[in-house]
Amino acid sequence: MPSLENIANNIHQWLNNNFGAPWPMLIEFAIVGLCIIGLFAMLGLVLIMMERKVSAWMQLRLGPNRVGPVGMFQTAADTLKLIVKEGMTPAGADKFLFNLAPFIVMIIAMVIMAPLMFAKGLQMWDVNIGVLFFTAISSVSVIGILMAGWASNNKYSLLGAMRSGAQIVSYELSAGFAILAIVILTGDLKISTIVNSQADGWWIFKGHLPIWIAFVIFMIAVTAETNRAPFDLAEAESELTAGFHTEYSGMKFALFFLAEYVNIFVVCALGATLFLGGWQPLHFGTDTQFNQWMDYIPSSLWFMGKTFFLIFVIMWFRWTFPRLRIDQLLNLEWKYLLPISMINLLLVTLMAIMGWHF
Amino acid sequence: MYRETEILKQPGAGEPDVFGDMIINIGPQHPSTHGVLHLVITLNGETIKKVEPHLGYIHRSIEKMCESLSFRQFIYVTSKMDYLSSHINNHGCCLCVEKGMQIEVPARAQVIRVLMDELTRLASHQLWWGAGAMDIGALTPFFHAFREREMINDIMEETCGTRLTMNYMVPGGVMVDVHPNFQGRVHEFIKHFKTKIDEYDELLTGNVIFQNRVKGVGYLSKEDAISYGCTGPTARGSGVSCDIRKLYPYEVYSKLQFDEVTETGGDCLARYLVRMKEMRQSLSIVEQLIDNIPEGDVQAKTKAVLKLPKGEYFSRVETARGEFGVYIVSEGGTTPYRIKFRSPGYSNLSALDHMARGGKIGDLVAIMAMIDLVIPDIDR
Amino acid sequence: MFLVNYIKDVLSGIKSLATGMKVTGWYALHHRKEKITQQYPDNKDTLVLPERFRGEVVMPHDEHNEHACTGCTACELACPNATIKIVTKFDIQPDGKKKKAIDKFVYHLELCTFCNLCIEACPTDAIKMAQTFEHSVFDRTNLTKILNKPGSKIREGIE
Repeated sequence: MPSLENIANNIHQWLNNNFGAPWPMLIEFAIVGLCIIGLFAMLGLVLIMMERKVSAWMQLRLGPNRVGPVGMFQTAADTLKLIVKEGMTPAGADKFLFNLAPFIVMIIAMVIMAPLMFAKGLQMWDVNIGVLFFTAISSVSVIGILMAGWASNNKYSLLGAMRSGAQIVSYELSAGFAILAIVILTGDLKISTIVNSQADGWWIFKGHLPIWIAFVIFMIAVTAETNRAPFDLAEAESELTAGFHTEYSGMKFALFFLAEYVNIFVVCALGATLFLGGWQPLHFGTDTQFNQWMDYIPSSLWFMGKTFFLIFVIMWFRWTFPRLRIDQLLNLEWKYLLPISMINLLLVTLMAIMGWHF
Repeated sequence: MYRETEILKQPGAGEPDVFGDMIINIGPQHPSTHGVLHLVITLNGETIKKVEPHLGYIHRSIEKMCESLSFRQFIYVTSKMDYLSSHINNHGCCLCVEKGMQIEVPARAQVIRVLMDELTRLASHQLWWGAGAMDIGALTPFFHAFREREMINDIMEETCGTRLTMNYMVPGGVMVDVHPNFQGRVHEFIKHFKTKIDEYDELLTGNVIFQNRVKGVGYLSKEDAISYGCTGPTARGSGVSCDIRKLYPYEVYSKLQFDEVTETGGDCLARYLVRMKEMRQSLSIVEQLIDNIPEGDVQAKTKAVLKLPKGEYFSRVETARGEFGVYIVSEGGTTPYRIKFRSPGYSNLSALDHMARGGKIGDLVAIMAMIDLVIPDIDR
Repeated sequence: MFLVNYIKDVLSGIKSLATGMKVTGWYALHHRKEKITQQYPDNKDTLVLPERFRGEVVMPHDEHNEHACTGCTACELACPNATIKIVTKFDIQPDGKKKKAIDKFVYHLELCTFCNLCIEACPTDAIKMAQTFEHSVFDRTNLTKILNKPGSKIREGIE
């Protein structure tokens, strides 16, 4: 059966057989770059469409249904509109930083994808500090937001950016603790090892209550980290009109928008990798008919299915909950999530030492 | 036009803090002011030091306009003030004209008027619920509220001909009899809404984020509520008993079984709960009346041209936002000599600064949502 | 005691959030049945407006091209916005008498607020509200309408 792993390996071998030393590497770079840009565009189109459909269903509406069959090309049409729209720079803005900010946010969203394992054996860079790389890079994106808010020379933008700064810096902690829980159980920071450790069962099944708590905390923290409702204080359209991207228009705005959705995809993919077994299929017991059937489903589908389920959950949050206030947001982090995740981490450590997990 | 220096020098603002204060304009175009309200807020970080509303962006001089319109004509203009309780505004004006002309309104017309008032109140509170939730950040309740509001609008459309600014009440009664389908559709609505109002509670009221956003926010004591002249749910949330339907009953309200809802919290949550409970009370009023509409005329016999005897007349009604007063001075002609409307939104807005001081920007939005501002009502 | 309250807080908070998510989740699953959107231009054929809907003022004419308007200007007087302007003329009756009749019934749709006062004022029910509501035009002058059809005259027996 052709799998993505085989395709990737075949390309790699063919390139090595036909080209001299630096070329296979460079061509692979180019291919990966193209794939990432393609994935970026696809994710933007699919996730925005999904968001609009999910919100419509919860809000008794139909959602987009005019452009193409069941409105499938609506986001493509919107993108086209944004591309031809003028990207204005306000007169009082710091022009360099203002124009740089959307690219920073987007480049970081791209870089963060590097250690993700999309299917069995399909990974761009199996770095030995995969999880650390992830947490490190994801906290850089706040720089882009701060830059955008400051450079806009707009008080709404500034307030939004400052809120975002406080928020991302604090939620990094509990997200990190939740990730650490898995790292402790696995004993490795490498993404491929973490996925392989779940071959006999996903951590959410193997890890008992502490891992469930870690999972919930992880979901809350990443929702906050990606500036999604109910933690969309940086945007807060009913308070700050559009927060840090008030002054952005056209494609520059679209880059922020795209980066938001790609970030959601990345954090959900990480959640799926850490807690739901990455590309590992669902297995019950050993050597049953059910497990064999599950193995027939390609690993990339397993990964995408889990990721999109988590994305749906995050969208479900957004369309149900009111927004928190800035002080409540910080209260939630420092008075609830952080102490709970610290104690939880202790429990996980105890569990790992005593070998209580399956 | 204002200048920043003038604002800073005003009493109560304290010495201008050159390095700490930030003055930010909320409005006239802002998603949470629900219209063209302009708020100049002085911030220290995110904490509000001062809120100053600037009015006049939608001033249409309705009071002056009414002076050139006859006593039949001026009523329709008042629907354009508080457009969410247009029936109740019209009702207040009709009551005032009827008081001057000493017209006896037929029993059937009285009941229809009260029914329409309560349906309008329900529709207004539903919109408030949805829009208030949207201000606080939950977008879904808006559409759920509009589902029920649409049913009321359809009922109105069938009977009155329009959906928002009805001009259905005329001096001496109502314009036409209710539509034959009216009772059936109202029954259908009551049955539907009784289940959905519980769903409103599930979706928003109990939500811990929502509770935190409104609890203890925008505190207004009973004394302050009275001294600012607040009425309606804003004052009743502070424990002031000010329901005109109970205190000065008009039409058939004195014969009805309903409670005046008051809460003692004085914060946004209390105002929220008052409105939620009022919806249930309105529903019970509609239930009491819908099967008991007496037979008879819907309009008293009146002259084609109304001439109010010389004198001063005042009447008041309870709109969805508070007390709406109509004051007419007549010189005995066909048009009023002077008209003054006491709109609830204006007084309620005046307490905004008091409530919002010391809060965050998010609190300001929540307070504005829970006062339920309608800007054309404030500016007239 | 603090710890118990703390845990209670957290659990009740999560429970309240789950209640809200249950509602939206239910609607997401039942969206086919629960949706309330009307797809307006598509449902034009099935769109029924109530007979009292106030769309615009029209003057019904019968098959002989006759209307019921006597030109009494009651509607013009009743209108708060000067939406209606009646231009009268004098018809020469067969018996030589002059009789007042309308020349033009000018209706400014752009000024109308659909308050129904003119319809109420009309003593002969010559005008009524139509159920049309798509009034957008490219030129503002198209909104000024003359309601009586050319060559129409007043129906016999209406005074």
